[in-house]
Formats: sequence, structure tokens, C-alpha cells
Amino acid sequence: MTINFESKKKYNVIGTNPIRHDGYDKVTGRAIYGADVKLPGLIWGEVLRSPYAHARIKSIDTSKAEKMDGVFAVITSKDIPINKNRSGIDVNLKRDVDNILAYEKVLYKGHPVAAVSAADRNTAKEACKLIEVKYEILEPVKNVDEAIAKNAPILLEDIEADHLGKTVNNTNIAKHFRHELGDANNEFKNSDYILEKEFNLQMVHQGYIEPHNATAHWDENDHLSLWSSTQGMFAVRDLTAGFLDLPISKVTSNYVEIGGGFGGKTKVYLPPVAAILSKKSGHKPVKIIMDRISVFQGSGPAPGGKIIVKIGVTNEGKINSGAVDIKLEAGAYPGSAIPAAAVCCLACYNIPNIRVDAYDVLVNKPKSAAYRAPGSPQVSFAVESVIDEICEKMTWDKIDFRIANASKEGTRKPDGVLYHKIGFIETLEAAKNSDHWNSKIDKKDKNKIYGRGIACGYWHNGGNRSTVDLILQDDGNIALNEGSADIGGTRTSISMQVAETLGMPVESIHPSIPDTDKIGFTATTGGSRTTYATGYAGWEAANKLIEEMKKRVSILWEEPEEEIDFADGNFYSKKSDLKMNIEELATKINPTGGPVTSTASVNLSAAGNGFGIGICDLEIDPHTGKTDVIRYTAVQDVGKAIYPQYAEGQIRGGAVQGIGWALNEEYYIEKDGTMANTSFLDYRMPTALDMPNIDVIMVEVANPLHPFGVRGVGEVPIVPPLAAVGNAIKDATGSRIYSTPMKPRKILEVIDNG
Amino acid sequence: MQPFAYSAPTTLEEAVEILDKHGEKARPLAGGTDLLVQIRGGRFDLDTVVDIKKIPELNEISNGNDELVLGAAVPCHKLYDDPSISKSYPGLIDAATLIGSIQIQSRSGFGGNLCNSTPSADGIAPLIVHSAVANIQGKSGSRSVPVEDFCTGPGSNVLGKGEMLVSITMPNKGDKFGAAYERFIPRNEMDIAVAAVGASIMLDSNGKIAEAKIALASVGPTPIFATKASESLKGKEPNEAAFKEAASIAKSECSPIEDMRGTADQRKHLVEVLTERMLIKSLERIGG
Ligand SMILES: Cc1cc2nc3c(=O)[nH]c(=O)nc-3n(C[C@H](O)[C@H](O)[C@H](O)COP(=O)(O)OP(=O)(O)OC[C@H]3O[C@@H](n4cnc5c(N)ncnc54)[C@H](O)[C@@H]3O)c2cc1C
Repeated sequence: MTINFESKKKYNVIGTNPIRHDGYDKVTGRAIYGADVKLPGLIWGEVLRSPYAHARIKSIDTSKAEKMDGVFAVITSKDIPINKNRSGIDVNLKRDVDNILAYEKVLYKGHPVAAVSAADRNTAKEACKLIEVKYEILEPVKNVDEAIAKNAPILLEDIEADHLGKTVNNTNIAKHFRHELGDANNEFKNSDYILEKEFNLQMVHQGYIEPHNATAHWDENDHLSLWSSTQGMFAVRDLTAGFLDLPISKVTSNYVEIGGGFGGKTKVYLPPVAAILSKKSGHKPVKIIMDRISVFQGSGPAPGGKIIVKIGVTNEGKINSGAVDIKLEAGAYPGSAIPAAAVCCLACYNIPNIRVDAYDVLVNKPKSAAYRAPGSPQVSFAVESVIDEICEKMTWDKIDFRIANASKEGTRKPDGVLYHKIGFIETLEAAKNSDHWNSKIDKKDKNKIYGRGIACGYWHNGGNRSTVDLILQDDGNIALNEGSADIGGTRTSISMQVAETLGMPVESIHPSIPDTDKIGFTATTGGSRTTYATGYAGWEAANKLIEEMKKRVSILWEEPEEEIDFADGNFYSKKSDLKMNIEELATKINPTGGPVTSTASVNLSAAGNGFGIGICDLEIDPHTGKTDVIRYTAVQDVGKAIYPQYAEGQIRGGAVQGIGWALNEEYYIEKDGTMANTSFLDYRMPTALDMPNIDVIMVEVANPLHPFGVRGVGEVPIVPPLAAVGNAIKDATGSRIYSTPMKPRKILEVIDNG
Repeated sequence: MQPFAYSAPTTLEEAVEILDKHGEKARPLAGGTDLLVQIRGGRFDLDTVVDIKKIPELNEISNGNDELVLGAAVPCHKLYDDPSISKSYPGLIDAATLIGSIQIQSRSGFGGNLCNSTPSADGIAPLIVHSAVANIQGKSGSRSVPVEDFCTGPGSNVLGKGEMLVSITMPNKGDKFGAAYERFIPRNEMDIAVAAVGASIMLDSNGKIAEAKIALASVGPTPIFATKASESLKGKEPNEAAFKEAASIAKSECSPIEDMRGTADQRKHLVEVLTERMLIKSLERIGG
């Protein structure tokens, strides 16, 4: 069911910037992160990883490691409970379990092969060196071209791939599917101008500062307790239980603070390994922390790939056809961001004829994971570059052309889904009226060249399941429990929605995130869903609380419930002039039936589609290719900014990550298929000195599916920068770069050739 | 990482004694910003780490009229905190202010940078263009080696068993002298040179170039003293044509490889661009 909400203009709490509830703990360093977890008798685990990109494991001899002083246990994939009966495992679970400890084959450098528990971390590391693994080295598959080449080495020998409904074996294309709208093939004949271009992208990493970690205690009573840095403690519980063949009720996943995730902490790597080590070490709690090299090599980056875009326009300035061919690197196992990529690619525009061919391609690199709007930055880089080139060729205004073709309510996305109310046109108009778009580039240095680029981006955002519990305390405050990992200030954004509904100050709401036994299932924080969906549950729980409080007021006033009104934190009698606020009611509540609590769980199918625009000014040293972004404005439809400072923070952060992706970040893969640049020194993420202040313009076109109009905010902003930077480089140098990263060497090349 | 002993001798003799006794299994620790990372990364298997910061000679920093003596454990910040050093040794200051970050510069110095002997070291090319000499102490005595002859390959140098660097000496070339150092990195900090160039120029009384030095980093197995390019400037007017010619010669004096940080062609090109820029900057700094 879809309820349509009218957006209210005036709020008391929503739209303000209070001190966030977790602020004090975080700035004083007292907040407990995964690495801070200490338990009595804690021992350490370490993971031995493959040095090869592609190899068959001939044998693993753990005897020397087992005999080492201080070592408790050594495990391999044979020790994982569900591997006891391989033929019975669901194929998806099998891929996931093989990713946490390799079974028969290693598929990327950094793929876990064995693990050790020992009295201290150093002993565990040294013991790993004593594990003898014999490999038969296989030829690595380094990119999508190699993966689909004739006679390519096959990563998964048991694959049964779905290619447009046909089952195919012996392939590295794990899936091929197609979206079609209208008739893209024929309509290109009616296009007055057609442009087709190919784009290549390298794999990139989210680069969160806190490495993956896990502490596990599998006790004598067969109960497993977990603590790990994750965007979804329920996902940790469910997957770990799955691997260990335990009922979920035997697994408790605790919330700890998270030092960045950006999608990369939606996967489960260490908790099951730590759990098995714990049991095998005589039920001692075991802790594992990845080092940075392992994070780069062994966690889930965002896919690179190859994208071919063909767009046809009429002389009247309308896009009439679009065809996109997307091949994304899934990494070692199926499941890249290809489903989203196939929708996001043309989602900004109202195009009658669309064909999208999408391929999920296996390569000998770590299994990819989500990264802010997964799949969308890659395809938008390609599409928005082509749009830019068409506008230049046809001398059309880059914003007016987009407004004329913009998706709006009733437009169909490539997968056929209709948009409800969206704010893309309003966002384009805000960009058009912005100070940035209307002022000249600040050309400070006559020895440099300058350029400006603009590009758009889309993300559908997520709904899914969320739970919020509320308790009215005797002092009139509200205790709030919610199940979403807080990666961007969501404790506060949820509390603000509850406070607004209850007519209370947000300081009276005290949020906590309990473990998985103490709150209803809540889906992983991702897809920009938390302020939207968990916020929705909070609003619903607050309304239920109000209903329950009305009952109690009716008992106290001896008036029928229907005669009691609630507004702005106060109960009113419709008949008399009786009035009471929540705080006062709390002191009188016990005789009316004991404490007042409420709970609400939602399962939202759709969310608020989000659109953003990036305007980027660059300065380039034409002799070295050194490129600096000197001004950047992000314009985005946020629906409603519950907490404007944090919404802006999300938008700035996304823009910075997108700019880093555009300019210098990449997995630099050696000839043997291994990643060379496994440190922050050589994985060139932008530093504070590389970024200008990012200006943010928030547009608020309320999402009709949410009581306060919220759309997701956190992911859209990473989408526009790749093409915005690329288009600015084109503006500055006269030449376009069709691959990422657009690093100095490539810029020099286009300057020399252009 | 295996457990290792930590010793902090207070005299040179004692330090050399320990280093000699343990050979490959001991290493000096100055700021530790390279060493600790390397031990953790498994590059060395040590049984002793010799902290040299308690030895007086290694902390010495004396800026006389004729020369600057820099103890091997003096951290970068001590250089740029001292205005008289900044004036006479500008190439050194360029490096001291760009190595790592404030934190790194507060711990680490040119001694460690030189002994670490990486091709990309930001400290070595500036030392070469300032005509620096490395003063070495071993069990059997001391010797001095010009910095351009110090490194012998990536991570290796002339130090023999039991030998350590005590100090680095540089002549004060007066106010007809200017020097500069710059590296090319894609970002603005916390990066490793794709290519880097140090240069210095000394003018004679007629305003001609009496001596010029050009040194290159990250474009060969060691930092490179570009002797031909340096020589080409001798006796010339310091002008664009001379600088361009020297830059083009410098380009032919390097032998870069392709790796994750850059390609060979890109690095050669950068050497040419940066050489000309550093010569211009050196000239601008004379009397400045
Ligand atoms: C975050 C970070 C950023 C960095 N950025 C840069 C940069 O921008 N540019 C750059 O060039 N470097 C950089 N480095 C590397 C390092 O900081 C420098 O090389 C620094 O100058 C080393 O000095 P140190 O005193 O810390 O050396 P140490 O680590 O103490 O020693 C370095 C090596 O020299 C040996 N050694 C030290 N002193 C002596 C001696 N007296 N005699 C014989 N052997 C000796 C040690 O055993 C060791 O092998 C960076 C390092 C880090 C961690």
C-alpha cells in the first residue's frame, strides 16, 4: 500500500541542527568501536591469505602452526560446519562461504585460506607463516575483456549462469540480462544524431578508515555472541548462522560503532572465522582485526568494467533512443552492482526507446561490494559524458537540454517502473540558477588551464524492514531502541522524527541500538534507507505511543478516548478545558496500567528516488597534468532534510569520494593479477588539501511515500562527480578521457594529442 | 614480527659496537618513520633495534659561517624552525617541509631519509645540490662520502657492517647561491614522488653561472646526480635557453621504470619540466 503524504511546511524539530546523541562519546574517544571490544580471556585470530590471484589449492599443512607455542587452533574451510555437506548448500551461500575461507581454489590475492588463534596477535601472525600451502598457479583473469575472451580461464568451474534465460556452463559471465522499453533498434533510425562511445573503469575501494574487525565468543552452551564493525548486525547474525549451521536464535550480534562503511561493511568476512576459532580454542573469545593491506586485497571494492553507450537525439533536442551495454566486474564470485547499474544508467531521462544489456563478469579480484549508489557512478560517467558531447556537438545548453529530457512523475525507468513524484527538474533549475553556474571560473594562474563540467546522477534509494521501540519513562523522557547501524547520524535523524511527532524536544529522546535479540529485524543500513525507513517506523511507533497515552489520559480524566486530542506534545479535552503534556502524564501513568511502550515494524517496498547534479571547476597544469578541483557545487533533491547539517555532510562526503574516484583512485593490477597499491600512500584518495569547500544546494521536493517527505540522501552525491570532472577536463583541454581514473598521465596524453 | 631487543646507547663507540656485533640483525633507529613500518611489514628480521637519538653527536645541528653540520638524528622541523638555515639552505627547507606531514617532520630527518636510500627519497636530491657530504663512523674509524655516491641501489648504500651515519655536512655557498626542490605528486600531500628534481645555482661576480647542480629522484634505482646537465650550465648566462637545454639533458640522464606511480615516459617528461622550473626558482632565490 502506498500512502501519499502532504508535506508540512512548518516543523519544530525537523530542519534544525541539534547536538547528535552520539556526539559526546565520539569526540571524547569513549565510543566503543569493534577494535575496543575486550572480553575476559580474549585471544587473537589472524587470517592467512592467498599470495596468488588464481590458483588451485593442492594441500594445506597446518601441523607446524598447530605445534607453535601460544597457538590454540588452526582452521581451514573444512572446519566450516556447512562445508561438511557441500552438495546440500544453496549456491549463493556456497559462494559467500567460499569467499570467507577458500575451498579448493583461491580466486584473488588476499583470498583467505586458513586462520589461526593464539594468545596474542603477533603469535597468531607468526603462526600463519608456518602454515604450508601448496598451490597450482593458474592464469589470472584481470579484467572484463580477458574474462570474456575465447579460451579464458574459468573461475568457477561449477557455474550455471543465466544468459537471457538460458543456462550456460563454462563461462565467466555469471549473468546476462536485458531491459527493453519501446524499440531501441528501430528508433535509432529516426534519430538525427547518434553518438556511441566506450568507457573503461578501474575497480576502486570505499577507503573507510576503520578496518574490518570481529570478536566472537562461542560459549559452552552453544550460544554465539558477535561484535563486529558492520552496517547490518542482522546480516552478520543471519550469514554467520547460515555458515555455522546454527539457528539464528543461537547467535547474538551486538552493535558497535562503525568507522566508515560506504557500502563496504555490508558483507561478512571475519565474524564466522572468529566464531569457529573461538569454539576450536576451547570456547575462548577471539578477536580479529584486518590490516590495511587485507582490507584492500580481501574486502569488497566497487567494480570496474566496460560500458558502451549509444544515444540518439532528434534535431528538436529530444533523446529518442538509448542503448547501454554494461559489463561490470563482480570480482571472484557473482553479484556485482549490475542490477542497479542497468536501471540507473538512463534513469535521469525520459527516453521512449531503451535497450540495456547487462553482464555480471567474474574476474580474479576480490568479490565486489556496495559502494555508495552501487553501479550508478560507473554508468553515469559513461552516459553523462555522452550527453555532454552531444550537447557540445549540437550546441545545446547543457542544462536546458537536460530539463527538456528530464524524467518526471510518470516517466518509466529502464526496468519499466514508473516514477511517482520526483524532483529532478526542480534540481536542474536550482543548478541553472545557482551562483556557481552563473559566475565565471576563477582563473587565478595564467600558467594553468581551466574548465567547467556539469553532470547528473540518480539513485533509487531503499525501503525494506525496520523496527523502532519506544518507552515513555517516568520522568517524561522517551527511550528509543532501533535496529539500524548508525553510519551517518541516523540515531539523531530517527529521534528527530519521533520528537516531531510527539511534540517534544529531541533532547528528550534517548536512542540506543541494542543487539539482535532485543529489537525486531532491521535491514542493513544501506541504500540510503535508514532515515527514510527506520524514520518511518519511528513515526509510526510515536503515533502508537500517542494512541496508548490517549487511553491513559482518558482514564485519568474519566473522559472517552475519542474526546481527547493531541497536538504539539499536549493532550486536550474536546469537551472541557483539561490539558496535559507528556511529561506530566508520565508522572501519573503507573496507576493507569503501568508503563507505556510502543513498537512499530515496517517493510517498505519503495523509496524516494533521488537526483543530484555536480558542477565542477578544475585547474590543470598543462605541463604535468596535475589537476585540482577548485570549485564544486552539489545540487540535490533530498525530499526533506531532517538534519540539514548532516544531510549536507553526506552530500559533501559523497562528492569528495566521487572526485577521488574520477581523478586518481584505482586498483592498480600487476601482470600477475595482484593489486600493487595496497596502502593509502599509493591508493591515491584525496586528502583534505586536495579538496575545495564543496557548496551544497538542497532542493526539497517532498517524497509522497514518507510522512516528512524524506528521500535518501547519502548515495546520490557520489554519482555526478565522475562525469562532472571528465566534462570539465574536456572543457579545459579540448579532449575527453574515456576511462577512470583521469590521472595526470592521461591528461598529459590528451593535451599532447589534442 | 619476532620479538627484538631495544637498546639506546649514549656514545658513538657503544652504538657502533652493538651494530658491529649484531650485523644484519641490528638496525639504527632515528625517527623510526621508515624503520618501524619496515619491521612491521616484515622487511627486516631483527634481534636488536639501536635507538641513536641519545648520542650527542647525532643530535648536533651547528650552522657556522662556512658550513652546516646536521646530526644524523636531527628531525626536519629543527631546520625550518631556524631562519638562518632557511636562508642559506633553501633546497633543504623545500624537502623538510614536504616530507610526510607535521607529525612525520617532527620525528624524522635527513639522516634516516638518506640511510633508507630509496630512489624516491625527498631528502637526498636536495642534499646533493647543496654539495653535502655524509660522515660515517665504523668500528675501524671514520670516513666521508659525497651524498651523490652514498646510495648504491634501491634501499642499499655504502654503509658496511657496523657502520653508521653520524652527520651530514654542507658548505655555505653565500648569497650568490640559490637552490630548490620539488616533486611531482598527483595529490597535494601524503604521496610519493612520481618524479622529483633538485637544483642549485651559484653565480659569479659577472652574473654568469659559476656552478650548477641538478639531482633527480624517483627516476632510477638511486637518486641521480645529473652531472651532464649540471655541467652544461657552467659559465652560461642564467637564461631560459640555458635552462631548457639543461632540462633536456637531465631528461636523458635518468632511467625510470613503469610502475603503479607512473610510466617511464611520463617520468622523463616530468624531469624535463621540473628541471627547468627548479632552475628558475633557484635563480629567483639568489639574493632573495
Ligand atoms: C606517513 C609517512 C609519510 C612519509 N612521507 C615521506 C615523504 O613525503 N618523503 C620522503 O622522502 N619520505 C617520506 N616518508 C618516509 C620517512 O619518513 C623518511 O624517509 C624519513 O626521512 C626517515 O627518517 P627517520 O628518522 O624516521 O628514519 P628511520 O626510520 O629511523 O630510519 C630509516 C632507515 O635508515 C636507517 N638509519 C637511520 N639512521 C641511521 C644512521 N644514523 N646510520 C645508519 N642507518 C640509519 C634505519 O635503520 C632505517 O633502515 C614518510 C613516512 C611516513 C610514515
